[in-house]
Amino acid sequence: MSETNDDLRGILLEQVERLLTDRSGPDLLRVAERGEWPAALWEEVEALGLPLALVPEAMGGAGLGWGDAVAVWQVLGRHGAPLPLAGSMAAAALLAAAGITPPSGLIALVVPGEAVPWGRQAGHVVTVDNAGQVALHAAAGLDWQQGRSLPGREPADRASFGTPQAAGRLPDRLGPEAALRAGALLHAAQIAGALEAVLAMAVEYANTRQQFGRPIGAFQAVQQQLALCAAEVAAAGVAVAQAGRAAARRGLAGAEFEIASAKVVAGEAAGTGAAIAHQVHAAIGFTDEHPLHLFTRRMWSWRDACGAERFWARRIGQAALARGGAALWPDLTARDETEISA
Amino acid sequence: MAGLRFDLRDTPATAPALRAELRAFLAEAGKDWSPMVRAYSWMGFDREFSREVGRRGWIGMTWPKAYGGHERSALERYVVLEEMLAVGAPVGAHWIGDRQSGPLILRLGTEEQRREFLPRIASGELAFCIGLSEPDSGSDLASLRTRAEKVPGGWRINGRKVWTTNAHLCDFMIALLRTSPVTDPRKKHQGLSQFLIDCRLSGITIRPILDLAGEEGFNEVTFDNVFVPDNMLVGQEGAGWEQATAELAFERSGPERYLSSLPLLIAALDDLRAEPAAPEVVGRLLARAATLRQMSLSVAGMLQDGKAPAREAALVKDAGNDYEQALPEKLRDLLDPIRTPPQVQEMLGYITMVARSYSLRGGTREILRGIIARQLGLR
Ligand SMILES: Cc1cc2nc3c(=O)[nH]c(=O)nc-3n(C[C@H](O)[C@H](O)[C@H](O)COP(=O)(O)OP(=O)(O)OC[C@H]3O[C@@H](n4cnc5c(N)ncnc54)[C@H](O)[C@@H]3O)c2cc1C
Repeated sequence: MSETNDDLRGILLEQVERLLTDRSGPDLLRVAERGEWPAALWEEVEALGLPLALVPEAMGGAGLGWGDAVAVWQVLGRHGAPLPLAGSMAAAALLAAAGITPPSGLIALVVPGEAVPWGRQAGHVVTVDNAGQVALHAAAGLDWQQGRSLPGREPADRASFGTPQAAGRLPDRLGPEAALRAGALLHAAQIAGALEAVLAMAVEYANTRQQFGRPIGAFQAVQQQLALCAAEVAAAGVAVAQAGRAAARRGLAGAEFEIASAKVVAGEAAGTGAAIAHQVHAAIGFTDEHPLHLFTRRMWSWRDACGAERFWARRIGQAALARGGAALWPDLTARDETEISA
Repeated sequence: MAGLRFDLRDTPATAPALRAELRAFLAEAGKDWSPMVRAYSWMGFDREFSREVGRRGWIGMTWPKAYGGHERSALERYVVLEEMLAVGAPVGAHWIGDRQSGPLILRLGTEEQRREFLPRIASGELAFCIGLSEPDSGSDLASLRTRAEKVPGGWRINGRKVWTTNAHLCDFMIALLRTSPVTDPRKKHQGLSQFLIDCRLSGITIRPILDLAGEEGFNEVTFDNVFVPDNMLVGQEGAGWEQATAELAFERSGPERYLSSLPLLIAALDDLRAEPAAPEVVGRLLARAATLRQMSLSVAGMLQDGKAPAREAALVKDAGNDYEQALPEKLRDLLDPIRTPPQVQEMLGYITMVARSYSLRGGTREILRGIIARQLGLR
């Protein structure tokens, strides 16, 4: 996959943004939380070719890379990710990388130990085992145990999978933990997007809600908190973009450090950003009617999915401790430089 | 996000070679730096070191060769800065000249000023300090009162600057002074001008102020009828505020706004191996360091492209200051005060003290967050 494909990426991002602005919104997120599949939106997403966007053109896709994917996922997050599109894109990418032509329709990506978002709707299911073996299962006839995430309230199901209809091995640069890493990356990216939405809502509210004869945004205490929120939103955005770029250059396995960093930073930012946004909204933001929780609840679930902050922090922390103090700075600066000069 | 953009940047292709050179140099030069020296980082002052850095072409890197510069890119300069900071090199004798006084003179100075000052800054000979703050003017800088009155052939200066880092060791101050009295308090930003002032002129008294660690870091500088010739005015008379705030994008954007305490993490890491809580803490610190580094690089890239990312710089400085202040506290939680080697314990001690300054110098946290809030559209 190419590192970036700026023109295509731009066009695609615009299309996704327009589609979700027109066809999604709080009402649709609420419908999805009741377990109703947003079929019409999914059809439009398919018509745009989004599920196969990361698949090489020779296999019927658009040939975009992980860096592009992160940008799309961030837009999805900004709209509350009404569909499990990110996982389906990643699953198709892994299939293609293992030499299997991805089927059309929703493909669910299974991360070991975790429930599958909208598994019940999937046409196919993809698993990756410890040896980096990718398996494609037809979902017809699977016995899904339906559930939902909490506090996200997104449908999330479990099933056991029998004999796959196709199997193949991932190249080493994607590696045995490809599903976990792709899942961490897509959740971090969706958090970064949702945080943008949450900040925008909080700023808008601070400029309109009046108390003591002025907008609450005129109070320094409120301004200072929103500035901090903005810094967290910016950090999450940069961390996920950096992880996407690293994955495009070095594969999911080679981008372990950046993906881990993105999940840590986005997860921390989700906690801080959601807390500030709720404080600024006060009681109205605590209601079912107000849309703020549609985003904050999802972020709280997404930060736990595919490894919470602690899980990823421990990994890169352990690696750094093993390498020792003398290697810390050289390692921090070398990752992208050696790649470029190579 | 609300007009704040942080596009990814790569370091230049020359970076690996440049780093290798710097690391070899710093390993040798830094053999005897005490934990205290490394803890003071860019507030530390060592003329001999700065001259050597100048000799190697690492000051004024982006300036034209005609003025002693080296015509390298802003991102190559960035590589040099971050390598210096990562080891806590005492870069204070050339830091201010390289970061802001030199670029200011290059941009707005007269040809005479450029020829007079730039080559000597680039060689590490001339050390600059910043004369902004006054006893009654800190965050509200535009309220400053030290005045320069027009006299034949120059200006007569009276008043007082304070907190001037390393003034007692520097050659020149780049000062913001009032050249026209304030008639309307709402227009206090007008009538300010920037001057280059030789710290050894008669009428200047420099009194070091001991800092909380007992060190002579900053100073009170008193001006008593000090005569400064006309050719030391920089840029336009009365445009000092605009000129000084344009400088802030440079002053606030560098890697020194998140890296001040990183030498402690490097020094302490090997002593954390047996601590069960260490991996998570270290991992979180590294994730943030990698992110802040990319944000900081992004701002450096915008500067390289000729943009003025003042607000992005304010955001990175604020987030970076939080980080560099949190780092010693998090490590303190992990380090056993009895078993930790004295060198590490000493650096922790100094950095714990010095860290308070991170969110003060160059604009306080509250002022920076005010700038970010305005950018968000809050009034
Ligand atoms: C180590 C060190 C080195 C320094 N070196 C230099 C130097 O070389 N040259 C130089 O000119 N200056 C220097 N300074 C001074 C520095 O720029 C000032 O400390 C800073 O601008 C704040 O001014 P102040 O200390 O007078 O605090 P004040 O402005 O009095 O602020 C006190 C507190 O009130 C808060 N506050 C003030 N106004 C507002 C507001 N509008 N809204 C909300 N909160 C507000 C501040 O954030 C702060 O918390 C240095 C300072 C330190 C600590």
